[in-house]
Amino acid sequence: MTQRQNSGPLAAAPGAAPSARERAPEALADRDQPHARRGWLLALRTFTESKLGTVGVAILLFFVLFSFAGPLVYHSDQTQGNLLGTDLPPGAGHPLGTDASGYDELGRLMLGGQASLEIGLFAALIAICIGVLYGAIAGMTGGILDGLMMRFVDILLSIPFLLVVLLLATKYRANILSLSLIIGFFSWLVPARLVRGEVLTLRARDFVHASRMLGASDLHTVVRHLIPNAISVVVVNLTFQVADAIIAIAFLGFLGLGLPFPHTDWGDMLANAETYLTDGYWWLVYPVGISLILVVMACNFIGDAWRDALDVRLRER
Amino acid sequence: MAKYIVLRLVTAVAVLIGVSIVTFLLLHIIASSPGAAALGQQATPQAIAAYNKANGYDDPLQVQYVHYLGNLLHGNLGYSYKLNQSVNALIAENAPRTLYLTGVSLVLSILISIPIGMYQAVRRNTIGDYAATAGSFTLYSMPSFFLGLLLIQAFALSLHVFPAEASQSTSVIGVILDPRGMILPIVTFTAVNVAGFSRYMRSSTIDNLAQEYVRTAKAKGLSERQVLWRHLLKNSSLPLITLIGLSIPRLLAGNLLIETLFNYPGLGLLFYNALGNEDYNVLLAYILIGAVLTVLGNLIADIAVAAVDPRVRVT
Repeated sequence: MTQRQNSGPLAAAPGAAPSARERAPEALADRDQPHARRGWLLALRTFTESKLGTVGVAILLFFVLFSFAGPLVYHSDQTQGNLLGTDLPPGAGHPLGTDASGYDELGRLMLGGQASLEIGLFAALIAICIGVLYGAIAGMTGGILDGLMMRFVDILLSIPFLLVVLLLATKYRANILSLSLIIGFFSWLVPARLVRGEVLTLRARDFVHASRMLGASDLHTVVRHLIPNAISVVVVNLTFQVADAIIAIAFLGFLGLGLPFPHTDWGDMLANAETYLTDGYWWLVYPVGISLILVVMACNFIGDAWRDALDVRLRER
Repeated sequence: MAKYIVLRLVTAVAVLIGVSIVTFLLLHIIASSPGAAALGQQATPQAIAAYNKANGYDDPLQVQYVHYLGNLLHGNLGYSYKLNQSVNALIAENAPRTLYLTGVSLVLSILISIPIGMYQAVRRNTIGDYAATAGSFTLYSMPSFFLGLLLIQAFALSLHVFPAEASQSTSVIGVILDPRGMILPIVTFTAVNVAGFSRYMRSSTIDNLAQEYVRTAKAKGLSERQVLWRHLLKNSSLPLITLIGLSIPRLLAGNLLIETLFNYPGLGLLFYNALGNEDYNVLLAYILIGAVLTVLGNLIADIAVAAVDPRVRVT
């Protein structure tokens, strides 16, 4: 392997999106990079070598483009349905037919995709931010505070969150922000537990003891040893959180408690699927259902590929 | 071990008290005036105020909570003004049917997912693993109602093999005696659970395969089969116990969807109908029961894990 210096300011920026150049194998041999960063590049390479992970990224990118850029290319009236043309089968002018209110189904699929993806991502980010902070504080402080904090998590984890979300949804009007907040606020518990557990095991590991004995400060231990090692759990969990949130919003929509008409999400679009199936309106069921499955599956693929890529014990090189 | 159990029991009771506070506050925030619910829409504000006063609903919050907790400890879950029945009677009427559906599905899913997950881990990256992964990924990514819909479409609407609706019998015995009606709901529920459990089982087994005890076992000359049955099975299925304890809330949600989809008169359908009626006493009672079940499930799971794995007891 050849040595190559990353000299450009863009290439050195830690937050920069991984370009194709950065993923090039020779970048991995750069020995001047900090230890943690080399690990990430190695993980990224393992990730791109995973077929399922790459497929997942491709599917997710496709649906993000489809939902957000699609309406710019494919114009359809999503504010007023054409009541004279309801439940039309796919044909000229309507590639996926029209729904029960006369909306163009392909355009509706894009609109619903926006809501589902946005809520999925917002909810997951909310959950991860709260969870990481909470878990790290509990794990690092330990003692009585840790016990109290984790009992609080136990209390909330014991309450079936989807049922509470349903209960709240009967009372309050739903919009993208409120649904993200409700789902996110009940989903931070698992990441909090994961991060706390990770911090606890890492704290007891020999390399942390060694670092402490060599005189490292608490801050140094956290920044150099705990975060780089615990972050992989978080990254993996983030993608699963997105998947779970998308399922949760589909669940709410299916039970009629999602976004109010004329807004829609994929679950809402499936709400009458049983009637559509008996009537034979397959175009109102399968495109939405398959999109939903593909997006959730893509998130799960990405999560699994990250998990494999970041788990050092499973890494072969 | 006894000390661990006592400690665990104490925390479980503490969590239960916390749960009761949370559900009480939820009920209070959502339905702050039970008088309005009890007396109906025509009641005058004076009548509602008088009712609330007579029944102690205008007391300070902590007094109301003690009253609420007292009722709970006497096993009184409140009264459904919409159905004109006590919540206890409603729950008692519907619980056995839900227990049957959920119990059968849960047992089936465990029995199916352990061998699948272990097989996948041991034969990692073979065609069999890929096929099982594809199947479980698809199922796992599918909302349970969509899987149910597909099964209804295939087996009820197209092939007419099974009815689209679950058994409507009022007694559990009647439901058990009507297996044709229960196959689709049980299969749907089981498939959704298997997808999650087998994925977990696979990664747990893979984690264990990388552990040194497996290498030791192989090094001392055990055959692959012996390593599997003597060491790997126990160690890998251990986390599954915890997972099942933790997945009770998810099971309740899945049960709700499946009962709604197949119109099966259990607790899930009761909850769904109560959502439409805004029957908050029923809703909160079911949430409370779900929480109590979860606490008990976790308690039993933790004790079971500690009984099998001495390393856990230290913490």
